[in-house]
Amino acid sequence: MHRFNFRQASSIAEAHSTHAASDDAVYIAGGMTLIPSLKLRLASPNDVVDLSRIDGLSTISSAGGVLSVGATARHCDVAQTTDIPALASLASRIGDAQVRNCGTIGGSLANNDPAADYPAAVVGLGATVHTNSRAIAGDEFFVDLFETALEDGEIITRVDFSIPSRAAYAKFANPASRFAIVGVMVAETSSGVRVGVTGAGACAFRMSSFEAALSSNMSASALDGIAVDSSEFNDDLHASAQYRANLVTVMAKRAVAQLTA
Amino acid sequence: MKINITVNGAEQAVDVADNALLSDVLRDALGLTGTHIGCDTSQCGACTVHLDGRSVKSCTILAGQADGGEVTTIEGIANGEELHPMQVAFRANHALQCGFCTPGMIMSAIDLVASSDEPLNAEQVREGLEGNICRCTGYHNIVKAVLDAQANM
Ligand SMILES: Cc1cc2nc3c(=O)[nH]c(=O)nc-3n(C[C@H](O)[C@H](O)[C@H](O)COP(=O)(O)OP(=O)(O)OC[C@H]3O[C@@H](n4cnc5c(N)ncnc54)[C@H](O)[C@@H]3O)c2cc1C
Ligand code: FES
Ligand code: FES
Repeated sequence: MHRFNFRQASSIAEAHSTHAASDDAVYIAGGMTLIPSLKLRLASPNDVVDLSRIDGLSTISSAGGVLSVGATARHCDVAQTTDIPALASLASRIGDAQVRNCGTIGGSLANNDPAADYPAAVVGLGATVHTNSRAIAGDEFFVDLFETALEDGEIITRVDFSIPSRAAYAKFANPASRFAIVGVMVAETSSGVRVGVTGAGACAFRMSSFEAALSSNMSASALDGIAVDSSEFNDDLHASAQYRANLVTVMAKRAVAQLTA
Repeated sequence: MKINITVNGAEQAVDVADNALLSDVLRDALGLTGTHIGCDTSQCGACTVHLDGRSVKSCTILAGQADGGEVTTIEGIANGEELHPMQVAFRANHALQCGFCTPGMIMSAIDLVASSDEPLNAEQVREGLEGNICRCTGYHNIVKAVLDAQANM
């Protein structure tokens, strides 16, 4: 594997300054994305700065109708939470047990894989991503393929989810990796119905046509006949763009059926 | 750099390269070659060990991240000559052929059974072993072995 210096950080400030002092540094949290890419030499940093031991960064707490998930909270920890069952269920279906025992929400969001699960929750539940310097609305966070609103060296510290009245996540998983070919989060929140889609496009997005239909009628049949534009969708060996467009409707309907069950 | 880890109950101070993986420490520095490396993509699970009580892919953890941790490998689960109930069940149910995936399979299965409050069914065992690939057995006897072992754990 490519040679680098391993740097343990004990605070967010220390991690940030270590990163800033290096000419080519990356953070590591659970390592479930970074280490495979180091092995493939898709990344070749001089310094790897470990966030996983920063005190308090993995804390999960709930108060005032908000579930606050620390950046280094592992998928297995989120799977055990009870405030937003749809979020816990999403986390429990990421990859496999060993991946869930290491991978973190902050790492997943910073990486912004087009097939990752958490982005559907951040967009679909209208979460807020907090960093060492600011708060970023979920709708603004995902910019493009593997690209987020994070500046170089910016550290996600926690993600705040307002607890919805009802929500459900349906995913059509790649049978080998379990990544989402398409995943849809449907939620009834205090600011209206939200539909967050992952897997279909370059990054997670909302389906406003579905949101409008479900606002007046929260039932699967409300989505009948609504066209899904596949012109910007991913088209690869796993699924064609058209197939993904069909899956967006099917997964949204399954999520609605679960939510109203 | 120097890391301190407890492996199968014994404290070890190991000198490792900054880019070493936990699996390198176990196999190369400590000679515990029961932990197998079956892929380069974090998918096969042959390298599964327990780190601080949970199953992890040792090929996908930096040695420095395991500093101060407690590791159990396949070499550490038997009680002297007495095999662990999961090992007994794998043997009794013919749950291995070439045996390459077996150490990782057993480490995952032990964590799966230990961390579930209720007895698992076959479906849950298959789901729970998602992170371990076997190229020989077709999984059928592995599932049988895990179901069998949970009565004795
Ligand atoms: C076999 C396998 C199957 C998988 N299946 C799925 C799946 O079904 N669904 C799914 O969604 N994902 C899946 N994943 C990916 C997994 O969820 C990863 O855990 C996650 O993408 C990355 O989290 P991490 O903590 O491991 O991050 P790391 O690998 O440590 O880091 C990833 C990136 O994020 C950056 N980073 C990490 N933490 C922060 C932070 N707090 N602030 C800023 N930047 C940060 C790092 O610098 C790095 O660039 C799978 C992975 C594997 C190996
Ligand atoms: S060697 Fe394949 S997952 Fe570790
Ligand atoms: S027994 Fe050969 S890979 Fe599983």
